Amino acid sequence: MSTATAAGSIEGIRSAIASGETTARAVTEIYQARIAGEDPRIHAFLSVDRDFALAQAAKIDAMAASGEPLPKLAGVPFGIKDVLTLEGFAATAGSKILEGYRPPYTATAVKKLAEAGAIFLGKLNCDEFAMGSSNENSAYGPVHNPHDLERVPGGSSGGSAAAVAAGMAVATLGTDTGGSIRQPASFCGVVGVLPTYGRVSRYGLIAFASSLDRIGPFAATVRDAATVLGVIAGHDVMDATSSPLPVPDYTEHLDRGVKGMKLGVPAEYFGEGLDEEVRAAVEGGIEKLRAAGAEIRRVSLPHTRYAIPTYYVIATAEASSNLARFDGVRYGLRAPQSDTLSAMYRRTRDLGFGAEVKRRILLGTYVLSHGYYDAYYRKAQQVRRLLTEDFLAAFREVDAILTPTAPTPAFRLGEKSDDPVAMYLADIYTVTASLAGICGVSVPCGQSRAGLPIGMQILGRHFDEATIFRVGQAVESL
Amino acid sequence: MPETERVSPEDVRRVAELANVDLTPDEESRMRRDLNAILDYVAQLAELDTASVEPMAQVSEVLGPSGETSAQKLSVLREDEVRPCLDRDRVMAAAPETDSVFFKVPKVIER
Repeated sequence: MSTATAAGSIEGIRSAIASGETTARAVTEIYQARIAGEDPRIHAFLSVDRDFALAQAAKIDAMAASGEPLPKLAGVPFGIKDVLTLEGFAATAGSKILEGYRPPYTATAVKKLAEAGAIFLGKLNCDEFAMGSSNENSAYGPVHNPHDLERVPGGSSGGSAAAVAAGMAVATLGTDTGGSIRQPASFCGVVGVLPTYGRVSRYGLIAFASSLDRIGPFAATVRDAATVLGVIAGHDVMDATSSPLPVPDYTEHLDRGVKGMKLGVPAEYFGEGLDEEVRAAVEGGIEKLRAAGAEIRRVSLPHTRYAIPTYYVIATAEASSNLARFDGVRYGLRAPQSDTLSAMYRRTRDLGFGAEVKRRILLGTYVLSHGYYDAYYRKAQQVRRLLTEDFLAAFREVDAILTPTAPTPAFRLGEKSDDPVAMYLADIYTVTASLAGICGVSVPCGQSRAGLPIGMQILGRHFDEATIFRVGQAVESL
Repeated sequence: MPETERVSPEDVRRVAELANVDLTPDEESRMRRDLNAILDYVAQLAELDTASVEPMAQVSEVLGPSGETSAQKLSVLREDEVRPCLDRDRVMAAAPETDSVFFKVPKVIER
């Protein structure tokens, strides 16, 4: 089976094309052949467009032939999570309600990749509207974990993680609202980055929970992930929450190591519910960082146990508002033969939305409704501040925080699909960073006895991605 | 809040109506079961005394005036000037039914 190690590196591909050793077309065709060979079993891609990718490759090859300097991602095959728009290409968000929709605009992050010479192989499967932790909520069928086809790839960006793990793309874009990049990265044994809120423009991201949604890269290595983030980050007039802070070169100090760095370990992330093999792998990684010269300190994030309930109130409240736009009027599905406007709304949304999306819309509507707003929504916003202050206090003591990414390795398809609360607990270590707006990365740090990947989560201060990449690079090289 | 059955069948029907979502009777009972399970879990938030805590809606609210995050405090509002927007023809091409100028919908007034 192809694994992450079978994939080429970004700089390797770019320089091989620049030197004439290979062509962007040849590279693209290798990955297209892998998709044809592997994806019938994995189902990471919802759509592929061979001709579009080959046309992009032809442009890179023309540049190389004329000796022009090649941009950073020249000829590098990418996949894009299907919640991000590329003008003229299907963007289903994993939902029937957007079946057939061709967006008239391109997401800023996708546009930046294209400008940097990336090749788009296709759009990637995900949980419907990015709501899920297993990819089983996709209206187009689940993704299978390349390491064990009976297991989930994680979610919601399951296709984005699995495509990299199976060598079907060098890098991919995913989105993370409560763990949807980091948790599948952990389950599939690849690197997944949650950038700081505001670091990457959300323009062209089909919104789930706007105060939490972020776009970030998956790649086989920390270096490649850092390179991609450097391309997609930055201010954008189309997203008022995007930050004007300059974007550093994230690869510049990657190899400096962790000597003298202060790294925090929060006891709250190593308690009940943590799988013993995950604990052993993450603690082993921490010991190696200590041996590499990092100072490991205990830190406390005392409100951690309240993060999941806080997240599910805030995220569903925002989702119920964001998803009101899917009403059969402007885009996507419209239920046929409705006599009145309100019947058309209800029937369209009944036909178009899956069970988990309906569940979250109803929960969000409930917590925002008259009589419950203060008890649930306002309360959750208050606890969100406490959770954030936990991190701000910890980051006065340490440079980064080390935790497991997920409490278990990848679970079996169907194992949790009938119990929403059990499924939500798959995000127990990831939702805190989502609520606090800080950055994080999941880096592979071992395997279970059954050969399933285990990820370590490295959390950093707001806009301090450079530090977590440096730690991640150290973990990768241990 | 009561310890059990926070959400009644009437509550489910009410929020479904507010959210413009049709539910079959089967879906309705499943949703009631799930909402109750989730809200039972959420109830632990009541343990925390948050009387003096300001609600936090956006991350930018907590980024302090010092250090490298200060730029986030800058005004995020752009100048109020006319800018190009999406082309009408391309937008209308994605809609289920239009007359190329307006979106068309079934009749709005019910009697």
